[in-house]
Amino acid sequence: MICCISLMSQKQKAWASAILLLALLLVLPFLVELGLGRSWVRLLDFVLLYVMLALGLNIVVGYAGLLDLGYVAFYAVGAYTYALLASPHFGLHLPFWILLPLGAVVAGFFGVLLGAPTLRLRGDYLAIVTLGFGEIIRIFLNNLNAPVNITNGPQGVSLIDPIQIGAFDFHQTHTIGSVVISSAFNYYYLFLGMAALVVFVGLRLQDSRIGRAWAAIREDELAAAATGINTRNIKLLAFAMGASFGGLSGGLFAGFQGFVSPESFSLIESVMILCMIVLGGMGNIPGVILGAILLTVLPEALRYLGVWQMNLLGHVWVEPSDLRMLVFGVSLILVMLYRPEGLLPSRQRRRELHFADKEIKSERDS
Amino acid sequence: MDIFLQQIINGLVLGSIYALIALGYTMVYGILQLINFAHGEVTMMGAMIALAVIHALVEMQTGLPGSLILLTGMSVAILGCMALGFTIERIAYRPLRNAPRLAPLITAIGVSIVLQNVAMLIWGRQYIAFPPILPSGRHAFFGATLTDLQIFIFLLSCLVMTGLVWLTQKTRLGRAMRATAEAPQIASLMGVNVNQVIGLTFIIGSALAAVAGVMDAAYYGIAHYYMGFNLGLKAFSAAVLGGIGNLKGAMLGGLLLGLLESVGAGYIGDLTGGFLGSNYQDVFAFFVLILVLVFRPNGLLGQQVVERP
Repeated sequence: MICCISLMSQKQKAWASAILLLALLLVLPFLVELGLGRSWVRLLDFVLLYVMLALGLNIVVGYAGLLDLGYVAFYAVGAYTYALLASPHFGLHLPFWILLPLGAVVAGFFGVLLGAPTLRLRGDYLAIVTLGFGEIIRIFLNNLNAPVNITNGPQGVSLIDPIQIGAFDFHQTHTIGSVVISSAFNYYYLFLGMAALVVFVGLRLQDSRIGRAWAAIREDELAAAATGINTRNIKLLAFAMGASFGGLSGGLFAGFQGFVSPESFSLIESVMILCMIVLGGMGNIPGVILGAILLTVLPEALRYLGVWQMNLLGHVWVEPSDLRMLVFGVSLILVMLYRPEGLLPSRQRRRELHFADKEIKSERDS
Repeated sequence: MDIFLQQIINGLVLGSIYALIALGYTMVYGILQLINFAHGEVTMMGAMIALAVIHALVEMQTGLPGSLILLTGMSVAILGCMALGFTIERIAYRPLRNAPRLAPLITAIGVSIVLQNVAMLIWGRQYIAFPPILPSGRHAFFGATLTDLQIFIFLLSCLVMTGLVWLTQKTRLGRAMRATAEAPQIASLMGVNVNQVIGLTFIIGSALAAVAGVMDAAYYGIAHYYMGFNLGLKAFSAAVLGGIGNLKGAMLGGLLLGLLESVGAGYIGDLTGGFLGSNYQDVFAFFVLILVLVFRPNGLLGQQVVERP
């Protein structure tokens, strides 16, 4: 086995590791169910949703360098597009194949709607406008139940049709041979496929002409414009693309959850997605994925704080539900203090930072 | 007419609270270019500490007059928040001063989560009422009513803001602060202890936040561990509205946002023919904010600044 690996060429190794990773991802829900229980498989679904969201925001923040604090608005737009057109609320039941692209397109349109007036804004001014935009969308969702009931207000829309492809209903338990596959598993594989698509698009975008234009704008907008990049269109494109990824995840979320309410789309959600990107390593896809996994799993894992207290101290001193966000906040601070560039930064970013280190050192030495 | 006047009065009182908090955001931003996300939570801590002290004093039945109790509570809160602001800067921001720009933003979010949860552990999840120790005088004023508390809040914030302007414009420390905001490295070459100035900026900002927190708790009669979030959001918007980094901008932005909110809440129904109710007051405020920034991308009083490399 070992000699086999050493005989393989670089390319073969890459293929082998990709196949191994794929196999691991395919059996992961079974392992998780065996090891941790059914509810953790559902958590895996959420992890994949957040991976998609984080990768979408990564286009805006990581690639194009536009700080967006209202990203969850697009997630909400996608989710409500799906919810309103596939639920008893309006009596409409459009199929999944129409709704998902539609959600992405509507969210993309909102992205342009937000992007267009804010093109002149820089840095933190942009941050506050996007934040305000996110809040405006949420407040509208919360209040558009009167005088005409559109969103059903704070109660949200329930009984949303489950995602259905052909005759395959993702909400049902299926038996293939002797393997029983429950709904959490169905969604896992669907979301895995979608996340793979998003990763693929993200990777291709990064290395494309557009991706390089985004990087140029991120580093120096003026210079980018001087080299002939149409900064207005390229920035709008970043907003639209990031938003449509958000809309896509929103649609999936609505179908998966069967229920949406404005509560799921608060500002803290946008902040969390931003944290995933920065914590993982901005602009670097593996880093962003890692960030999304960590920040989704950590708050759940911290629910075990009560058990740990019981085992260590023999008594539950502080309610785990009170403690877990505290620990979460502390870990955010600690990670950033020790790895300000993120856990898995892109090679380029790391080099930039280290270059700065060396510069400072040489300045000190001389 | 009297309704309009009433909304103006309410807006000015609300706005002066926003302005005090916005000053903290803008001072820190002016020097570090950092959105101090934890500032709203500092405000909340100020309100909570003051309430704890006030409740303790009321329960002891010392027979002290209400204003003295309030003053004691506020002083303790100010001291507590000063220490808190100083500690936050030391732990969460100073080590990251040369890090990528978004890193301190994330630690700020972390600090704000921590503070919220610490407050929840200490004071619980329930709303804490402000005890009725203050005079509740009402004055008729051209058909509108003006309470003692509103007058007190407005006057105190004017006083504090005047003090701050005096501090930044007339004292040695103020000059050092302005120099640091303009060019930290050159300021340090001129003998300004930049680290000390930044620490003091945080301390002053936190003291203002404490005052604002107590005012907010007294005005609405309640405080609770989550109040900092909304207050911080509004105050930050106010700071941006006025032009972040600019002290006068923060005051103007705060007052304007308060006015917009209360006048907007009062009239949005009439403006939209009853379609949108007063629950859209935040939409109104944010909408105006976005509109202002579209036409004046650097805020109302912000000047065109070249971004520092």
